[in-house]
Amino acid sequence: MEFLDANLELKEIQKLQGHTDRVWSIAWNPATAAANVPTVFASCSGDKTVRIWEQSPSTLSWDCKAVLEETHTRTVRSCAWSPSGKLLATASFDATTAIWENVGGDFECLSTLEGHENEVKCVSWNASGSLLATCGRDKTVWIWEVMPGNEFECIQVLQGHTQDVKMVRWHPTMDILFSCSYDNTVKVWWSEDDDGDWSCVQTLGESSYGHSSTVWSLDFNAKGDKLVTCSDDLTLKIWEADITMMQSGDGYAPWNHLCTLSGYHDRTIFSVHWSREGIIASGAADDAVRLFVQSKDGSMNEPSYQLLLKKEKAHEMDINSVQWCHGEEKRLLASASDDGTIKVWELATLS
Amino acid sequence: MEPDLVASVQESDITLLKSSEDIMEVAISVVLPRLLPLQIEIMVSGLINANPIVDIKDPEHPYSLEELKVISEDAIEVDNERSYVRVTFTPTVEHCSMATVIGLCLRVKLMRSLPSHYKMDIRVAPGTHATEAAVNKQLNDKERVAAALENPNLLDMVDECLAPSYA
Repeated sequence: MEFLDANLELKEIQKLQGHTDRVWSIAWNPATAAANVPTVFASCSGDKTVRIWEQSPSTLSWDCKAVLEETHTRTVRSCAWSPSGKLLATASFDATTAIWENVGGDFECLSTLEGHENEVKCVSWNASGSLLATCGRDKTVWIWEVMPGNEFECIQVLQGHTQDVKMVRWHPTMDILFSCSYDNTVKVWWSEDDDGDWSCVQTLGESSYGHSSTVWSLDFNAKGDKLVTCSDDLTLKIWEADITMMQSGDGYAPWNHLCTLSGYHDRTIFSVHWSREGIIASGAADDAVRLFVQSKDGSMNEPSYQLLLKKEKAHEMDINSVQWCHGEEKRLLASASDDGTIKVWELATLS
Repeated sequence: MEPDLVASVQESDITLLKSSEDIMEVAISVVLPRLLPLQIEIMVSGLINANPIVDIKDPEHPYSLEELKVISEDAIEVDNERSYVRVTFTPTVEHCSMATVIGLCLRVKLMRSLPSHYKMDIRVAPGTHATEAAVNKQLNDKERVAAALENPNLLDMVDECLAPSYA
């Protein structure tokens, strides 16, 4: 990996203030960060609002373009853009998920999804934008179908987790859903047929080299054959599966534990994100951002990962979310913190 | 008169507590109203008085922490260099909800008294409680704590518990 040889640093580009409470999540708009399109991202907070930030083409700094307020009545915990970048879904402790559309610079709330019994913790769109998933403290995962006219219908409520579900995420290329929970497990949900029922096809628990405390977040590599999970047990775990087998329709291929990264974090790891180029970023309760890459000297059958760099005191308080921007030009990372700020960083060679 | 935490929880509550999965929710609705405000203030002020890092507000109290046996001075670990505090408390009652409530009040008091960048861990003294792992996990899950504190009823009650009272 060329990263290990280069002299890299995580340079702070900008500190964004505006939220009046902790910032829980950030999401880069996938349709932006293309040439000539200003980069946009959304952030959500304990202040019950969602803020939309856009980079000015002239000054190159991010400004707050919109504040989505007076819809959620409690903390907004998670936000996610649809793959087309046209819709934004926001999940809240008020037990609802709101769907917003950008109508000429103003964001309008198109729909409010109800059903969860209490706090909704996360929302995620599948790769094609035809399905939405939500999860919450009521231990369930809900799958919603996107109908014509921006209507949403719940097609199934998935039971299985025995505790609070912290996060859900769809696989990047296939309609397989992953959820992680306070019950220390990661569950994989799959529907064999298009119209069939979804069921839990695998549970990554302690008996399969899984985590020993709450799993807070997970993400996939670009190819979708590797998965990284992070936990309150202070470790990151990498898993892999035979994706080609699944893609060719030969049934479900299970995920297997590849390696555990321990000894790097001393407080809860809340967020993990894998860049297109293979750099894993983690955000933790010790206020630091860490970057990991695959080692050069791992064998073919047992790849290993190592720390690329550690940014201590990246924020003044816990980091709740780290997200790589998918733009091609610069390697940008955004981080959100309990200190109420968002920071945009660039991974660049030391000047 | 010596405060008696045990007498404040009734038999029907015990049945409810034992069958409840969500410890904190039951604690909010059942136990908190019965918790004597003075006990919490004693516990928490004693904690803060024992450590010079925070501003000391020193009301007079008829009971020492040792007499209540909830917190002793060596149960408070403070690392000023790393801005870290760990509190170990011994609930005087077996019920998990009571322990969670006490722990939650401790956390709120500390949050309000310490500089915002301080990290804190609150836990039940090992070996003193049947469900200590479950209680500790909830108390140290900041998302669960944040959600619980958004409940205005709970917040009112915690405020009441933390307000000095000399009745």
